Amino acid sequence: MKAWLRQHRQAVAAAFGKLAAQKSAAALNALVIGIALSLPAGGYALLSSLRSVVQGASLEPQLSVFLRADATRADADAIGARLKGEARLREVRFIPREQALKELQATEGLAEVIASLNRNPLPDAFVLRPRTADAASLDALARELRADPVVAHVQADSAWARRLGALAGTARLAIALLAALLAFGLVAITFNTIRLQILTQRAEIEISKLIGATDAFIRRPFFYLGWLQGLAGGLVALGILWASLAAMNLGVAELAASYGSTFRLGFLEAGDALAVALFSGVLGWLGAYLSVSKYLREIEPK
Amino acid sequence: MISFSGVVKRYPGGQEALKGVSFTVEQGEFAFIAGHSGAGKSTLLKLIPAIERPSAGAVLVNGQNVGAIKRAALPYLRRNLGLVFQDQKLLYDRSVYDNVMLPLAFGELGGREAARRARAALEKVGLLAREKANPVQLSGGEQQRLAIARAVVNRPAVLIADEPTANLDAGSAAAILEIFAAFNQVGVTVLVATHDEALIGRFAKRVLRLARGSLVE
Repeated sequence: MKAWLRQHRQAVAAAFGKLAAQKSAAALNALVIGIALSLPAGGYALLSSLRSVVQGASLEPQLSVFLRADATRADADAIGARLKGEARLREVRFIPREQALKELQATEGLAEVIASLNRNPLPDAFVLRPRTADAASLDALARELRADPVVAHVQADSAWARRLGALAGTARLAIALLAALLAFGLVAITFNTIRLQILTQRAEIEISKLIGATDAFIRRPFFYLGWLQGLAGGLVALGILWASLAAMNLGVAELAASYGSTFRLGFLEAGDALAVALFSGVLGWLGAYLSVSKYLREIEPK
Repeated sequence: MISFSGVVKRYPGGQEALKGVSFTVEQGEFAFIAGHSGAGKSTLLKLIPAIERPSAGAVLVNGQNVGAIKRAALPYLRRNLGLVFQDQKLLYDRSVYDNVMLPLAFGELGGREAARRARAALEKVGLLAREKANPVQLSGGEQQRLAIARAVVNRPAVLIADEPTANLDAGSAAAILEIFAAFNQVGVTVLVATHDEALIGRFAKRVLRLARGSLVE
């Protein structure tokens, strides 16, 4: 066990030694990997930031039923009881006009406008979540509700949210595809770097095999080298992402302020950032593994 | 200890380097493999650490048929053999000391014991004072002595040398052979391939003479 740990220590030291011996090439590789990885990582960070906006809206089909302004609370209770007995509905939420006014008052920039009103202009309302998302069924339900004399307006307000959700889903898929493609790129870069290292060290590998080194002993420094290269690329990607988001946030802050918002594009959460670095390291290791598996067997002492 | 039994080695293309070679070298014996260039000396030596595999016959080292040995077992066979080559096969980007430490890197020895062993091996071949030098700074004879130090650092039971004196002057060549003889005196089996008849004549040791792939003596 002691010897095994010592050999791993030596392999790590050898990998660092190889990186130090080729600083420029190692830095360039890390930069190429970093730039490639920063694209999907950046896309993921942007989507995560936008998710907070999207999550404010329901992506499920939803019907808003506004009662007439002159409808009494008894009218609201009666229609509420009818709606709760409706089998096609999964959830019925009543929003009294007083509560709606309070929520509106809490909205940035509207408090003064609401305060200037001499009466509450908002009607009682119901928010309904149907059991099915089937468009024809929703239309039929909306038609029935509109026929009620107490109902002033029925709004199927989930369409935009559904479109936004579909758009976010497409963007997520595009980012996943981009990440997969660039992951192949990272593996290819490491594969080639390790191939060159193996060819450079051909004589040393041959001699090591002659004097009794196992394949595992010879492979180990290359695995660590691939892992370190991938990890360095991952860290560069995080650096690029952080700097890019900081630069973009200068503009975003100004735009958000004009809407009375404090919205900012957020950096990856700690767990996600760690995952990017580790994933990059694993891909580097994979590239090294494939390269070593292919080329090491070809080098035999003569 | 080392036994060849009807060994044939045929290279791709049909060239027969060894033609039914049989002999046994006992433990602790010193033997020269003599013969002209192309007689099959190097091929014969390469069969012992399984750098080459026999086309027919059996090569036994300590009772183990190395011709049939699995790839994964090769390192463990080679650790028990000290190999010295005509071109030394040194690492020229490492120091003399690091070259000798190389076989100890994948062994079980701790750092301190490995360092002690490496320095002891260098002392035996008279290179301890040059441990920090780079091999390119050494003379041909010194490089060969360094190769011997690396070969013996793991205390192998068998020392195999392929034309270790080919590029050396007579004095250096004799000095190298003296080192092999010294290891042989402490029980190491030594097998030296050489075409230098004068050198063979200076040592009263067994000679296995090859000619065109066959043993003639």
